[in-house]
Amino acid sequence: MKNIISNINKAFDHRVRLGIMSVLMVNEHADFTTLRELLGVTDGNIASHIKALEKKDYVKVEKSFIDRKPNTRYIATKKGREDFQKHIDAIESLLGQQQLKP
Amino acid sequence: MKNEKYLRDISEIKQMMNRSSRFISLSGLAGVFAGIYALAGAVVAEQLLGDQALNTVAPEMNQEVLQQLFLVASAVLVLAIGTAVFLTTRKAGKNGQKIWETTTKRLLINFFAPLIAGGIFCLVLVQYELIGLIAPAMLIFYGLSLIHASKYTFGDLRSLGYANLVLGLLATQFLGYGIYFWATGFGLFHIVYGIWMYRKYDRKNA
Repeated sequence: MKNIISNINKAFDHRVRLGIMSVLMVNEHADFTTLRELLGVTDGNIASHIKALEKKDYVKVEKSFIDRKPNTRYIATKKGREDFQKHIDAIESLLGQQQLKP
Repeated sequence: MKNEKYLRDISEIKQMMNRSSRFISLSGLAGVFAGIYALAGAVVAEQLLGDQALNTVAPEMNQEVLQQLFLVASAVLVLAIGTAVFLTTRKAGKNGQKIWETTTKRLLINFFAPLIAGGIFCLVLVQYELIGLIAPAMLIFYGLSLIHASKYTFGDLRSLGYANLVLGLLATQFLGYGIYFWATGFGLFHIVYGIWMYRKYDRKNA
């Protein structure tokens, strides 16, 4: 039981960060506009959450130019993927236990 | 209390994963229309063929009839794709989703890559006058294309793909009846499936 709870990750304890990681889990990469449109939040909001994930080394930023326009794409790191998967597993097993109890 | 939050988190994760990787504006009605066009096309084709039923692998094919059949098939294809594009764009607009996104491109590439290969293969069959194998080959390649594309849109598409694949393989053993198998796969299956998809996804949101 203790083990499960320790896998619940504070870094993912927010709707926007949860959303960003979910998108990056199933896509090789996503650019800023795509993330913003999918999550439906403001530029500043999303930028600050990406920063937080970046600091944790969960998300990697790649800047490039497409047709001379700057393009920023985000990629989940290996560590980010592993920890997010653990987070999902932890939530699911917690929910599973709760359902068994009553 | 905590439980509810976790349940919400899980559903949010699933929704985000789906919305970002799958194209979900595909219209069920488009399937119904495609089926109707296919059935109409099959009726016209049967009239054209008349007594020249496709009895063997390589029947004596009148060039003119062959050309007319090709025109009918092209008309069915253009009408079906046109209607699908129209209805899907409309559905995306209604749901406030963009039509041209990464998920759209991914779906189209993955659907059309095997399908175009199949189309070229069918032209090769015409080249060698293996006319009887065209209908089975179309069904088989279409089935494979659907199975392949199902990863990038509604997963339900996979079952339609397998149905067409099996039907196509069966059709290889009844060469004279290609057109009936074709009408079943492209006509009947599309209509049944389109209605089912429409009831499952579209009507709820309408």
